[in-house]
Amino acid sequence: MCGFGGYFGSVPDGKALLQKMTAAIAHRGPDEQGVFTAPQAGLGHVRLSIVGLGDGQQPMSDATGELTIAFNGEIFNYVELRDELRAKGRRFRTSSDTEVILHLYDEMGEDCVSRLNGDFAFALWDNRRRRMLLARDRMGVRPLFYAMRAGTLYFASEVKALLQVPGLSAEIDPIALDQTFTLWAPIAPRTPFKDIFELEPASLMIADERGATARTYWNLEFPDRDAPSRHANEGQAVEELRALLTDATRIRMRADVPVGSYLSGGLDSSIVSALAAGMAPQGLRTFSVTFDSAEHDESAFQNEMAATLGTDHKAVACQAGDIAKVFPEVIRYAERPVLRTAPAPLYQLSGLVRDCGLKVVLTGEGADEVFAGYDIFKEARVRRFCGRQPGSRMRPHLFRKLYPYLPGLKQQSAEYLAAFFGAGNDPLDDPLFSHRPRLKGTAATKMFFSGDLRARLADYDAADELISRLPDAFGRWHPLHQAQYLESRFLLPGYILSSQGDRMAMAHGVEGRFPFLDHRLVEFAAGLPPEMKLNGLVEKHILREATKDLLPASIGKRTKQPYRAPDSHSFSGRGELDYVRTAMGEEAIAAGGLFNAKAVTKLYEKCRARPASGFRDNAAFVGILSTQLWLQTFTGTSVRTAEAA
Amino acid sequence: MTETIKDSVKAFIIENFLFGDTSYELADTASLIENDIIDSTGVLELVAFIEDRFGIAMADADIVPANLDSLARISAFIAAKSAVPVSA
Repeated sequence: MCGFGGYFGSVPDGKALLQKMTAAIAHRGPDEQGVFTAPQAGLGHVRLSIVGLGDGQQPMSDATGELTIAFNGEIFNYVELRDELRAKGRRFRTSSDTEVILHLYDEMGEDCVSRLNGDFAFALWDNRRRRMLLARDRMGVRPLFYAMRAGTLYFASEVKALLQVPGLSAEIDPIALDQTFTLWAPIAPRTPFKDIFELEPASLMIADERGATARTYWNLEFPDRDAPSRHANEGQAVEELRALLTDATRIRMRADVPVGSYLSGGLDSSIVSALAAGMAPQGLRTFSVTFDSAEHDESAFQNEMAATLGTDHKAVACQAGDIAKVFPEVIRYAERPVLRTAPAPLYQLSGLVRDCGLKVVLTGEGADEVFAGYDIFKEARVRRFCGRQPGSRMRPHLFRKLYPYLPGLKQQSAEYLAAFFGAGNDPLDDPLFSHRPRLKGTAATKMFFSGDLRARLADYDAADELISRLPDAFGRWHPLHQAQYLESRFLLPGYILSSQGDRMAMAHGVEGRFPFLDHRLVEFAAGLPPEMKLNGLVEKHILREATKDLLPASIGKRTKQPYRAPDSHSFSGRGELDYVRTAMGEEAIAAGGLFNAKAVTKLYEKCRARPASGFRDNAAFVGILSTQLWLQTFTGTSVRTAEAA
Repeated sequence: MTETIKDSVKAFIIENFLFGDTSYELADTASLIENDIIDSTGVLELVAFIEDRFGIAMADADIVPANLDSLARISAFIAAKSAVPVSA
């Protein structure tokens, strides 16, 4: 795990620029720093040493000096790949996974990425062919941003490194803002920074004298809904899943430093921790966040699981006011506006891990996408069920069962429940059917957009753009698989793995590893019949079956409790800080030009007066505050907004 | 009386759900849900407002879109409830 930056093209003092770029992301690699320059190319690297501690320095060149790589991430199957390459006569000078990529590229060219099982982003300079290869892992765990300036391609693990490039400055992209306030994240390659892009997950970019072109090398695919399943026998599927998950965890325990595990108290991290504990003869260390508020706190389950596994368990308490305290730093590291405060406790958690001396943790992230754990999957199923009898007074009561943790819904009549979820009204053949209530509810936050911003956006519709990005086969997939695709392909890399994942962990130099996102497991799960994942209204059915011997019944049978943190409430009362008043004040809102100052003032007062406001008010509050912090952090006082395009 | 009720409810909706946006054209019959003016928490805020402002005790059976999903429906509901004499 590390960070890097670089360029392809003409740069007057490349070395000095690379040093500035790497200094801007020093938090990603506190252990070592290095730069490499060649005519028309440069690479800089900051290293978090995990594999090949003594000999894995980067940028790393091959024996000929013709190939040089800067690499962020881990190749978990590097041991097997190295054995294969050695059998072909290749000689290794280091014990690192980095060198494996160099040899594999030498063998296969850019197609080498198809052999990599890992979380990676890298830039590889091929001096023979005079070209720069950029690549990113399949699910989008590791970040990679780029920008073109005066004919030169610049790239880096974080945008703050790119902002060191002379002439590149931060301007908010209004369309990215519209996408965030509809979909929770921009649609890659777009980022909140105008003219700065991210390489999409599972993509390559090749830059040479003819220009730069990107393409995907892997796609998340589901079977046609009428196709016979390859996994008709559930017993066999359970066995196969267990073997895959075990192996995915095993190769993610590979490191020359101790590997710990997050433990939320839910099913997924408990499974990962249980598997990891069985593979850590020296004992496993686990880490959790606890909350003051009972509706968010899961410490009873965390403690039960830690006691069951006998782990060395530590927790960080997220108390009233803590979220507000760290939120500006959260936005500085996330580099994008967010609608939830959920990244903040994860920022605290990675700090705890680092304070305990660990650099690597396993997490249960990804299981909800891969095995259909989220409530939105059940919600879509209930909405379809209601849609078959639109006037039913009984069917909408099922919505209440889905969201026992939302008091606002608990007290609603069947008629209101049906109305809120569009049950019976939304067209069943809408490609975004599963997500319409969420998109609609989120987009309601755009009522706070300023007249100027609305005028710039004109009739732009983020949901329409999302539809335009769906693959041709999408319409042939089962509705559950369509919903899984939307979560896995967009929200997962755009928010979960980014704002809640890499960026919060790397803020403290901690690497997260995700066994559920091993591409073998992802491909296997995509091929499973929908009922093996969402069985009736029981989520992650097959995962529960495959791991029931690992967990106490109280955890193995737990219904999904989504990870949430207090939102607008965090910023009022004891949590209220001067920066919140300033950022949400009329002057700053007017200076930013993105929101209606009068409406924001009323929202601010409402959230201060009644902390238990609903989804729209909470999301709007956090979204506006984080956008204001983004403007302050990246554009300074001279706030500018780019034209919508 | 009905006009006063309607004005009062409209003022509440503009202040509480539209955050003072008087430029929004809130038609009397426009659905508050379909136009994204109100969400599940908003319904409870609306109920609290009706109870506090008009002294009406709302039973669970009253809290349905047929009574509350537009300015016209809310006004009519309050007017009807206000007209009902309290039984001894």
